[in-house]
Amino acid sequence: MIRVAVLLWLAFAGAAAAVQPGEMLTDPALEERARELSRGLRCLVCRNESIDESNADLARDLRVLVRERIAAGDSDAEVIDFVVARYGEYVLLNPTTSGANIVLWIAGPVLLLSGLGIAALYLRRRRSDAPAESLSSDEEARLKALLGD
Amino acid sequence: MIVELGHFTLLLALAVALVQTVLPLVGAQMRWTSWMTVAGPAAIAQALLLAFSFSTLVWAFVTSDFSVRLVVENSHTLKPMLYKVTGVWGNHEGSMLLWCFIVAVFGGLVALFGGNLPDRLKARVLGVQGSIGVAFLSFLIFTSNPFVRLAFPPMNGQDLNPLLQDPGLAFHPPFLYLGYVGLSTSFSFAVAALIEGRVDAAWGRWVRPWTLLAWIMLTIGIALGSWWAYYELGWGGFWFWDPVENASFMPWLISAALLHSAIVVEKREALKSWTILLAILAFGFSLIGAFIVRSGVLTSVHAFATDPERGVYLLAITAFFMGGALTLYAARAGEMQAKGVFGVVSRESALVLNNVLLAVAAFVVFLGTVWPLIAEMAFGRKLSVGAPFFDAAFTPFMVILAAVLPIGSLLAWKRATFGRVLRSLWLAFAGVAVLSALAWGFGSGRGLLAPIGVALGSWLIFGAATDLWGRTGREGLAVRARRALRLPRADWGRVTAHSGLGVTIIGIALMTAWQVEDIRVANEGDTFAVGGYDITLASVEDIRGPNYLSTMAEMRVARNGREVAVLHPEKRVYPVAAMPTTEAAIDNGVFRDIYLVIGDAQAGGGWAVRAYVKPFANWIWAGAIIMALGGGLSLSDRRFRVAAGARKAPSGVPAE
Repeated sequence: MIRVAVLLWLAFAGAAAAVQPGEMLTDPALEERARELSRGLRCLVCRNESIDESNADLARDLRVLVRERIAAGDSDAEVIDFVVARYGEYVLLNPTTSGANIVLWIAGPVLLLSGLGIAALYLRRRRSDAPAESLSSDEEARLKALLGD
Repeated sequence: MIVELGHFTLLLALAVALVQTVLPLVGAQMRWTSWMTVAGPAAIAQALLLAFSFSTLVWAFVTSDFSVRLVVENSHTLKPMLYKVTGVWGNHEGSMLLWCFIVAVFGGLVALFGGNLPDRLKARVLGVQGSIGVAFLSFLIFTSNPFVRLAFPPMNGQDLNPLLQDPGLAFHPPFLYLGYVGLSTSFSFAVAALIEGRVDAAWGRWVRPWTLLAWIMLTIGIALGSWWAYYELGWGGFWFWDPVENASFMPWLISAALLHSAIVVEKREALKSWTILLAILAFGFSLIGAFIVRSGVLTSVHAFATDPERGVYLLAITAFFMGGALTLYAARAGEMQAKGVFGVVSRESALVLNNVLLAVAAFVVFLGTVWPLIAEMAFGRKLSVGAPFFDAAFTPFMVILAAVLPIGSLLAWKRATFGRVLRSLWLAFAGVAVLSALAWGFGSGRGLLAPIGVALGSWLIFGAATDLWGRTGREGLAVRARRALRLPRADWGRVTAHSGLGVTIIGIALMTAWQVEDIRVANEGDTFAVGGYDITLASVEDIRGPNYLSTMAEMRVARNGREVAVLHPEKRVYPVAAMPTTEAAIDNGVFRDIYLVIGDAQAGGGWAVRAYVKPFANWIWAGAIIMALGGGLSLSDRRFRVAAGARKAPSGVPAE
């Protein structure tokens, strides 16, 4: 069931398979940058696939576009800005931290800390309910003697 | 005729489910024994009716009865028999019938094996389980009836989606459903306990096997899906943070938390209300998952995404059960008196930490999954949340979890000291140091991912070994080995499952960090080097399969001049469904997979070829299977068989 739709889509979008040899840049360092950037850009007509993985024609066009920008000497940020300016925020698989998105990013750490805080309060309460259970040093000595240590 | 009988028993099952809901719940409230005793027989009857109904649908698929619309839309006479059968649940209606059937089966199992449950609790559990049956059966019958006939049957069907014609995917949904639906039983126990207003150690013991069973099935189902994606998608990814994957992963995380907190309820009578909440949420995430998969709200293009009516109905079911259970929880949770008292450093505290980490991790996945929806509705922003976010936001939780797990599982109940535990782990420390140094050495210059992954994974495995070793006393090796074999299976289960997690972590880290990829145009006869292997594209031929056409390459893999494997990657086209698929050829190995894909013919001659060497890939799924195995060992522990009410538990089982 999982990913069936993605593949259904691929079926209709033609059977090219992700990054093609002809698209790749000859400079391995530039190509590596292009791959890295492609992994963070969404194939707009697919379901949750990056242009690096997708077989759709539109993804191919975007891959070529990214490589053109890199070949033209753009920095990574400039390439991303270029693509976002044309396709909107939707194209970013890694959401920005601007505006309300900050909630998404800090939710994990904030929840973890508050969870730990609540747990700590709970644990302290459970302990304070406890009658003194530890042995006094006399008792420990007796226990040791009894156990024959 | 047979199909009509199936249709009829489906309707009858709904009626029985209604009886199973109303009579026992009212009876338990009024203390009318005769009403309460209806629960067991009704649950079994419902399971049998749905078993019959489901088999008639299987029959319709097997005999290719094209007067049934569902069969026309999802089958074909030329399809191999296996996929005729699995085609039954390869679609919305059939899979929903399977879902209802499993709800009823779990109810029936509680009725059969719940012999020693108190009568009122049992009646209430079965009543709640019955109400879940009512909800989903009415959903099935009123919005997605699988037995609809066609007035003019066509000569042949439209074929099942070729991608579903694959063993990995064929059995992936039933396991997931067993998991999702298994959590309905934990939910029923939780709601019944809230109605009773009482949770004790025995409740923890009753609810744990059901949760464990559901968790095992989810683990297997998720692993199958991930394995399928790995070999079928053509580039060897194993996890995509797709909403549909997250839908199965959230219940997995919450049920893992529930498993652990139920131990505290059982052993120490603490964490009661938290455990109840987890049991409610675990099923809640299953319902949300069903909603996500079947309503299409998060995924505009999806195989099951169809009808807004279905989405609304499922949302109503989710709202009803979650709203009802959480309201009840708010009213009653205060009555759950914790008994056990424990220090801040103790096994109990470690399990609390486990629960915080798993629950928050699940919530982060949930928030990331629904954020595009929230952003669009509340802020008018159309945005995506994809793998880079989840990798960054989720991974830290698993790192912390793996780092503290071995220490936590060695802490004593009630009150423990770190010093003793850390001293007992010195050998494990040493092993971790050696292995991560090795990983660092092998992967020189390729970052910290591999050494950190190896450190965490081996820490879990060595920690589990230390755990087991520490339970065998202080005598000689022979005595200790004998004792180890006689340890309760729950101990073995824990140690096995934790090691499995370690194996998976090592697999993910090493495959991600050390994978080698090569994309090129190759002519027949060309040889090229990838990650220490020489790969030759020997030939490319057109082949005709039973219901597809294929372009098949023969590729020879050699290392230092010696042939390692001959692989045949394919590109297939299924004419009936008009769909192409990629069939990667994989040489599986313990330490590496060689993964070859044949692409399109190039205009200037030659073929696009992709070759990958994926180190430790199989460890990812092997670890999942080991985790499931650990769950199975724990499930077979004697005290659960006794708790579940199996009558002949002591005989034929070696003393534990």
